[in-house]
Amino acid sequence: MSVHVNISDQAISTPELLKDFESRLTSSGGVVSFSGVVRPDGKDSRVLGLFLQSYSPMTENGIETAVGQALNRWPLEALAVHHRTGEIRTGETIVFVATASKHRRAAFEAADFLMDYLKTEAVFWKKEITEAGDFWIEPREQDYQDNQRWQQSETN
Amino acid sequence: MTDILYFGRLSDVTGKPSENIELPSDVSHARDLRTWAEARFEAEGVFLEPTVRIAVNGEIVDDAHPLANPNEIAFMPPVGGG
Repeated sequence: MSVHVNISDQAISTPELLKDFESRLTSSGGVVSFSGVVRPDGKDSRVLGLFLQSYSPMTENGIETAVGQALNRWPLEALAVHHRTGEIRTGETIVFVATASKHRRAAFEAADFLMDYLKTEAVFWKKEITEAGDFWIEPREQDYQDNQRWQQSETN
Repeated sequence: MTDILYFGRLSDVTGKPSENIELPSDVSHARDLRTWAEARFEAEGVFLEPTVRIAVNGEIVDDAHPLANPNEIAFMPPVGGG
């Protein structure tokens, strides 16, 4: 079992993280990775970047708990969560999640579950830096609904 | 002395991300922190929003939680990363 959790203000390189992740696998037949990238289109004006705040060690502890839930629920060989904090420019990667399992379904679902956790429960605060000014943004109703799916169906 | 942290949009209301202060003696429970912060920053109700949670020494508490010389208090509006 290989688990990597990292929260840092350093840039995330998806190709490097994925290569490193795959190099640690010995028995998986399915590898899923998700990268969240800062979009240029905001609600009203062009987004220049994001500012991400965390609260250590609550942020780390919460992610560790979610990782533990994923490991209990799906037969994973490896799991990685990298999340960026601080100032992140448009086009840069804010989050990288990877999962590996014997078969694809577990890897897909575990990555989906972890992303839903990160979007609505992980202890981060997010500010959009736009041409029209800076705005704190909080999860959308859709994000909460997405996260609810995992409480409704213990076995998918 | 207690460190008070104002996360997310709350720092726009307070004008600062944190401060180190002596809590007034009549602030004895977590709920008192809400009314204290409301008055201190003329916050138009943001500190009373139920979705703004309070953490004491790194643990989220409910409004009835008693305060015993906490080192750190955090006001936490709704969270979310990704």
